[in-house]
Amino acid sequence: MFDTLKSRIYQGDQAIPDIEKAVIDEKFRGLPLIDRQSCSNCNECIDVCPTNAINQDISIDMGKCIFCGDCERKCPNNAIKFTNFHKISSTSRESLIIDSNTTQESFESIAVKSTKEIKKLFGKSLKLRQVSAGGCNGCEMELNACSNVNFDMGRFGIDITASPRHADGLIITGPVMENMAKALEDAYLSVPDPKIIILTGTCAISGGVFQKSDVLKRDFLEKYKVDLYIPGCPVHPLTVINGILDFLK
Amino acid sequence: MKWIISKNNQVISLNEIPVLGIDELRNEIIKQYKTDKRVVGFFGCAEYSNVRLYTILADDNKSELLISSVRFMAGEKSYPSITKDISAFQMFEREFYEEFGIEPVGHPWLKPVRYSKNRFDKTQKIENYPFFKMDGEEVHEVAVGPIHAGVIEPGHFRFMCNGEKVYHLEIQLGYQHRGTESLFENNNNFAPHLAESIAGDTVIGHAITYSNAVEALLNIKISDKAELIRVLALELERIAVHIGDLGAISNDIGYLMGNSVFGATRTLVINTLLSICGSRFGRGLIRVGGVAFDIDIELSEKISKTLDKVLKDVDKMTETMFSSASVLSRLEKTGTLSMEKAKMIGLVGIATRASGLSLDARADHSWGWYKKFSFDKEILESGDVFARTHIRYKEIKQSMNIIKELLNQIQDCKEDILLVKSKNQLLGNSMVVSMVEGWRGEAVHTALTNNEGQIFRYKIKDPSFNNWYGLALAVRNNGISDFPLCNKSFNLSYCGNDL
Ligand code: SF4
Repeated sequence: MFDTLKSRIYQGDQAIPDIEKAVIDEKFRGLPLIDRQSCSNCNECIDVCPTNAINQDISIDMGKCIFCGDCERKCPNNAIKFTNFHKISSTSRESLIIDSNTTQESFESIAVKSTKEIKKLFGKSLKLRQVSAGGCNGCEMELNACSNVNFDMGRFGIDITASPRHADGLIITGPVMENMAKALEDAYLSVPDPKIIILTGTCAISGGVFQKSDVLKRDFLEKYKVDLYIPGCPVHPLTVINGILDFLK
Repeated sequence: MKWIISKNNQVISLNEIPVLGIDELRNEIIKQYKTDKRVVGFFGCAEYSNVRLYTILADDNKSELLISSVRFMAGEKSYPSITKDISAFQMFEREFYEEFGIEPVGHPWLKPVRYSKNRFDKTQKIENYPFFKMDGEEVHEVAVGPIHAGVIEPGHFRFMCNGEKVYHLEIQLGYQHRGTESLFENNNNFAPHLAESIAGDTVIGHAITYSNAVEALLNIKISDKAELIRVLALELERIAVHIGDLGAISNDIGYLMGNSVFGATRTLVINTLLSICGSRFGRGLIRVGGVAFDIDIELSEKISKTLDKVLKDVDKMTETMFSSASVLSRLEKTGTLSMEKAKMIGLVGIATRASGLSLDARADHSWGWYKKFSFDKEILESGDVFARTHIRYKEIKQSMNIIKELLNQIQDCKEDILLVKSKNQLLGNSMVVSMVEGWRGEAVHTALTNNEGQIFRYKIKDPSFNNWYGLALAVRNNGISDFPLCNKSFNLSYCGNDL
């Protein structure tokens, strides 16, 4: 008992005090910036990309990108640079496409559009049911980390519930394939209205490295409106928490 | 010749692999099992209208792999089951049957494994899994999943209980099936991104297994430094997950102090991976030909310092935890799996070492830097949740020592290049088996190439494939409320099984 107390005192306070200002190690690959001026159109980045995230005009789709960094390394002209800026969530799928005009500020100004209604409904408390539909356990581990002593998402009134009946929406990971399609929809239908859908991780947003798999079954995502996209492979807890906080603002 | 003898990461020609009759192979397997060989591969390959069944046995004492095969002609639709004699084949035979429809006659429970997209019988649907039933007055069933209460992957558990006691647990998986193996086929981009997502908790383990296999087929040798960084990363992954598991086990017994402290300590370890390669799980680090990121003096000092702190915290917390009677009473004699059973069902990894079996591919089938260590496996005997918890603590310390050793040596190869570039093609008409002991156990990848040097079959075996059945046996005769704890002590991968 006393030993346990001693450990508690030794550990001190582990929580990150200001989540919104927290910075990740500079090695982290977050928002990419593209310098079209230095680009020599060699297309090496397009060829090396495992998920076809780079378009012909050298814009990068963060909904497809797994942030592997291969294009940055491959580029002979340093035209692609992944910054450690981690607030890369967005309420619209299109804003995830980064072109040479995008700056951190311009991205921030369009990425997460909050509405009065969402704020009124969920601003003080948001309970989510998590469904993994083919998630590799990477995003799942990071979602669990959101509730650990460091990130402590619960202090903002955001929690994961055990039952969809107690939830305000679903937070989905994984590319969504045939064998989970039904369970996913069942879970969604079990959530009372009004409800939201959050897609977490590149697999959920676009299929990621599994986008060519022939067992994908993503009709669910076409049928229902997605409210928030949180990119990453896996998502970083700070991306998740800040994404949701901005969405509820 | 009944078998061709190979080794971890050694390329052999497909023509050299003997083709036996099924009865002959069956007898041979039974014979080899008497001298301690065990199955690490048993899978089919379509060959025009025939099916070739490959069998790979590991000889852990001699660090060898025995490989043989059988050819089933188009009309041959059954053979006498091997599982009847060797239980460890039960999953392998079910998988082979599910994919090719060639029935192992006499298999005790020929049930679907994962409802894979290339199953021979598409009328089988995941919603209609044929569960066992139990009759009796006080018997009841509890169905859990596929979606669970926590943030974890989906799978279905069906408990048959008498009161609180579990008679039998049936685990039905397949919800995570993503068609992973076939995405490796005819894909010569040689990028381990996909391997990194086989099981997201074993990013480095599977990425190295894949890269070792491809490098063998490309006939390239990576630099000493790249080899060193790979082993270092693999051991960091082991430390991170083991610490995380100590926290999760604490949580499941309501020891919240352990949960918080181990959780925070794990953060330090994964953030170390982040400072090496930009990802908390080591994504982007392992590439075919070596590694993509360097560890310079400054970083190696930082790693060393962080690990000192981590070790101190883990030591402190574990000592406190293991000296608490209320903790021990929850861990000891819960979910026991005896050595005999572990051996019988072919359990691998930490779970098997916690049940007293000496099995660790780092020592038994060593590669790269592991060849340069004298390596003592950590082995415990009680086979209960406590042993599976304690072994994690021991392995954390062991991995710390390995990393310390590596950091001492990294300066000696600081001039080495990180990535070897090669224009080589994959060796055609060949097979290579690659084994890596990840934190959970051995990952085994087998790649087969055709005449054009294209991978036409890529077989993956995550340790979870062996161990799910171990969990089912371990919870028998335990209270159903101890299931989460038993489950955590195994911590198996759903998608590693479902592929
Ligand atoms: S970092 Fe993103 S865009 Fe660049 S190669 Fe990797 S997946 Fe493609």
